[in-house]
Amino acid sequence: MNQAEAPPQTVLPPVDRAPLRRRRWRAIGVQMACIAVTLFMALPIVLIGLAAVSSRDALNEFPKSLIPNEFSTETLVAFFRATGTVPALGNSVLVGIYTVFLSLVVGAPAGYALARHAFRGKDTYQVFILFVRALPIVVLSVPLATMFLRIDVYDTVFAVTLVHTTLALPTTVLITASIFVSVPADLEEAARVFGCTRWQAARKIVVPLALPGLAASSIFTFVLSWNEILGATIVTLGHRTLPAQVLTALGEASTAYRFAGGFALIIPALVFIFVMRRYLVNMWGTTLR
Amino acid sequence: MISRLRSPWILLLPSIVLMLTLFGWPLIQGVLEAFRGDDGFTLANWERLFNDPYIFTALRNTLVLIVIVVPIQLVLAIGMALLMQARPRFAGGHFYLWCLPLAISELAAGLVWLSIFDNRGYLNSLLVSLGLSDDGVQWLGYQNTGTMLLAVVIAEVWRATSLVFVIVVAGVQMIPRDFDEAAQVFGANFWQRLRHVTLPLLGPSLQVALILRTILALQAFAVAQALTGRDFPLLVGETYEWYSNLQNPAVASAVSLIVLAISLATAVFYLRTVRQPEEAR
Repeated sequence: MNQAEAPPQTVLPPVDRAPLRRRRWRAIGVQMACIAVTLFMALPIVLIGLAAVSSRDALNEFPKSLIPNEFSTETLVAFFRATGTVPALGNSVLVGIYTVFLSLVVGAPAGYALARHAFRGKDTYQVFILFVRALPIVVLSVPLATMFLRIDVYDTVFAVTLVHTTLALPTTVLITASIFVSVPADLEEAARVFGCTRWQAARKIVVPLALPGLAASSIFTFVLSWNEILGATIVTLGHRTLPAQVLTALGEASTAYRFAGGFALIIPALVFIFVMRRYLVNMWGTTLR
Repeated sequence: MISRLRSPWILLLPSIVLMLTLFGWPLIQGVLEAFRGDDGFTLANWERLFNDPYIFTALRNTLVLIVIVVPIQLVLAIGMALLMQARPRFAGGHFYLWCLPLAISELAAGLVWLSIFDNRGYLNSLLVSLGLSDDGVQWLGYQNTGTMLLAVVIAEVWRATSLVFVIVVAGVQMIPRDFDEAAQVFGANFWQRLRHVTLPLLGPSLQVALILRTILALQAFAVAQALTGRDFPLLVGETYEWYSNLQNPAVASAVSLIVLAISLATAVFYLRTVRQPEEAR
């Protein structure tokens, strides 16, 4: 009786909440998994940070408490006062800057040529680049060291720069090529119609538009150079870069020196990735949607 | 017209010259050096190398490391990329932290994990304060090959998964969302969509990631160096050892040629096996 009287809207079937519930559980699962991965990635960095700001006593204590009972800059100061650290830091920065400069000067024109010209031998050139990319640096560093000794540039910032430039060059060519492809050729042609020479069009139109990409690629090159160890260790003796210096000091170093050194090597990474995070995915060929 | 034809080569020339002098020439020199003795051609360097007990351990460790680390990284990176695709909260923050190891050098990564696996490190401290162990485990003791391998594997996974992750994320974003939605409309569940839609379309990215990661893992050395010294030898570490500490560039060249041979072999192997089913599909 009741059913017959009721208006038709009220006899809708009961709402099935199961899919909604399932969705919520899945979202919670995703959140938990994300947090787990983040902990795995971040916790070690936090720990070495803590180790680097612990006093020597706190480091020697066992079992160590997670948060050191006394903070001190003593470990870091000792690391930076150790022989060779500051000059090595300077070398690292210089090598990085020179490498960025040299690889852009040599690599960007090649990238431009790949992006704008169709020519015979293009495929061969690209295969050549990929082959160079796949060569392990270790194969080259030993003969390079011999060559540098002969032409008397062994153990110089210049020598390390050359090694790092060759290492970075294939990547620079490929990345700059993809950057130049994304600068519309129409704009360049328009500039030439309005009377710019080829060179002016490149300088006034292409370079400004490609600049953000080029900057990202430069930071990438700098990081590569900053992190490279083996080549830098083999072609230098006295003028080491920071990682090479830390590596060679490992044998006789104290625990405090190791942790402070590890942390000092990481700090730039935190900054680089923060600046670069928007470009990271772009550089592998797509844009973040 | 003439300038049009010649200009690409003018632009390419500096890079070709630089790569040939700094890659081609040393490559030839390296090969020559490995086979050169006091009086011409010799295999003495290789004999010396293979009489050294470290080289076989190094070869085995390097291969074992690749076989364990690369698949873990691939699975983990795909999982992480799918998590990002599910658009969690604070995605930006997570993404930043997940990419962080990308810029951290091998050496620094080794030192980071040293602070954890050290005898008086954080892991042992945790074990002792939880009462699980009396005075901790000698994770990096030279007789504990298993735990040494474990430590190096964890450090490598931590350091280099980010690279695979970034490549896979770029690949996932190139897949049109329609494909996934279409599969969903036709009732495919999560695993079916992953197996038949996402993974096949990720093929090229996975190939790049595999080649890059295997070749880079072959060159791994500073992680092990920082964690264990020479107790856990790796091929590239042996080159460093022969060149810097034993002062023998010829044998060092020989080791590096082994690395080169394996790198090229893996690259060719992946290009053949991963791409062909992709095209035959």
